[in-house]
Amino acid sequence: MNFTLKIWRQKSRTDEGKLVTYTVRDISPDASFLEMLDILNETLVRRGEEPVAFDHDCREGICGSCGLMIEGRAHGPHRGSATCELRMRSFEDDDTITVEPWRARPFPIIKDLVVDRTAFDRIMAAGGYVSVKTGQAPDANAIPVPKHCAEKAMDAAVCIGCGACVATCPNGSAMLFVAAKVSQLALLPQGHAERKERVGRMLAQMDAEGFGACSNTYACEAECPKQISVEHIARLNREFIRAKVS
Amino acid sequence: MSKTTSFLMSSVGRKMIMALSGLFLCSFLVVHLYINLFLFKSDYGVEFDAYSHFMATYPLIRPIEIVLFLGFLLHAIVGIWLWLMNRRARPVKYEVLKASENSALSSRIMWVTGIVVAAFLVVHINSFFITSRFLTPERSMFVIVREVFRNPWYDAFYVVALGFLAYHLKHGFQSAFQTFGLRGTRYQRLIDLVAMIFWLLIPIGFAAMPLYFLWAY
Ligand code: SF4
Ligand code: FES
Repeated sequence: MNFTLKIWRQKSRTDEGKLVTYTVRDISPDASFLEMLDILNETLVRRGEEPVAFDHDCREGICGSCGLMIEGRAHGPHRGSATCELRMRSFEDDDTITVEPWRARPFPIIKDLVVDRTAFDRIMAAGGYVSVKTGQAPDANAIPVPKHCAEKAMDAAVCIGCGACVATCPNGSAMLFVAAKVSQLALLPQGHAERKERVGRMLAQMDAEGFGACSNTYACEAECPKQISVEHIARLNREFIRAKVS
Repeated sequence: MSKTTSFLMSSVGRKMIMALSGLFLCSFLVVHLYINLFLFKSDYGVEFDAYSHFMATYPLIRPIEIVLFLGFLLHAIVGIWLWLMNRRARPVKYEVLKASENSALSSRIMWVTGIVVAAFLVVHINSFFITSRFLTPERSMFVIVREVFRNPWYDAFYVVALGFLAYHLKHGFQSAFQTFGLRGTRYQRLIDLVAMIFWLLIPIGFAAMPLYFLWAY
């Protein structure tokens, strides 16, 4: 398959940046989107040009590093999958595909398609943990967790921190990410001790980083590669109210 | 930081102010529509005028009017504040963005529908409230309404603006319940039902009035 690519090139954090057009030929329909970019980069290197910088690690949808805005959709046209899981057969031959980095003030571009997502780490450091003294591994059934809570907590825990929710939100809000983390811990007994402080601190950090405010467009849920439900945002809001009134 | 300031400083807190003030304004719509339905009674506005007279003269209504006005103001100011904050969060726009693939148009253009509703309110308050309360308080409200609605251009503007109100409420009403953390719970179906009444039936009820007057008088 052949494609015309319009890729965002930006030399450094301070560089202006622009879309540059490339063509790639004879790409296997079974190639992943990242493999297609690898092939492009090989050609660029052979021509003595600077390869396109993009983030990736696991290439199997579990690490969350590969987020790209592909033809106006976070992680490409499919629901419930990350950029690395996208195959070129999802496009038509001779398609033009625009590839842009996540765009949000708290995610500054480092180079080309690579953005700095450490804002997420700082939100986690503000409260996305349970403070316990680590000792020996506790007995497996020492803390009973009802099945339905465990299920819901797992639904939230699958968040891979990719940032597609922020990238796709018209407000650049990180609510789905923060909600997934708050929700996961609020649903488990281990997280209860610190639930009041946690929600306030994580939200305060989210605001301080410059993310926007959620206006319930639910675009995040539609584009999240792990299909995290906005139900978790509702739970975060309940946690917030609970923390304020109690 | 005290609980109140930290609440107000939080983006979620500000959203809750939007939700609370929005629902408060919705409650006013119900009262307003109920009274206006008497316009449809074929008594040449006797009962409608009686209600209007009560509204204009009963002393308790004054503070309620002021609270209502402040409610509008609060909703608008916090709305603009959030909108500015959200615009700042994405200084560089995408070259290609397919937002229609992941979200409803009504949710993305609340600021547009909000501005149209605000403009409508200015015209609306001017033609009815100001006229009946200050300019010609002695005239029958029913007669004022009949005269205003005689202008088909005014009626067209009125109906279109109510369409915008419906669109504003389509997103806003259910959104308020998401903000209170009530969506996705066992109340979901009830919320959806009440939301439908608010965004669909109430604007239709209001839009029926100019159309009725155009047809009947
Ligand atoms: S909530 Fe979904 S879209 Fe957001 S960071 Fe987690 S996995 Fe990515
Ligand atoms: S590279 Fe790890 S999720 Fe895509």
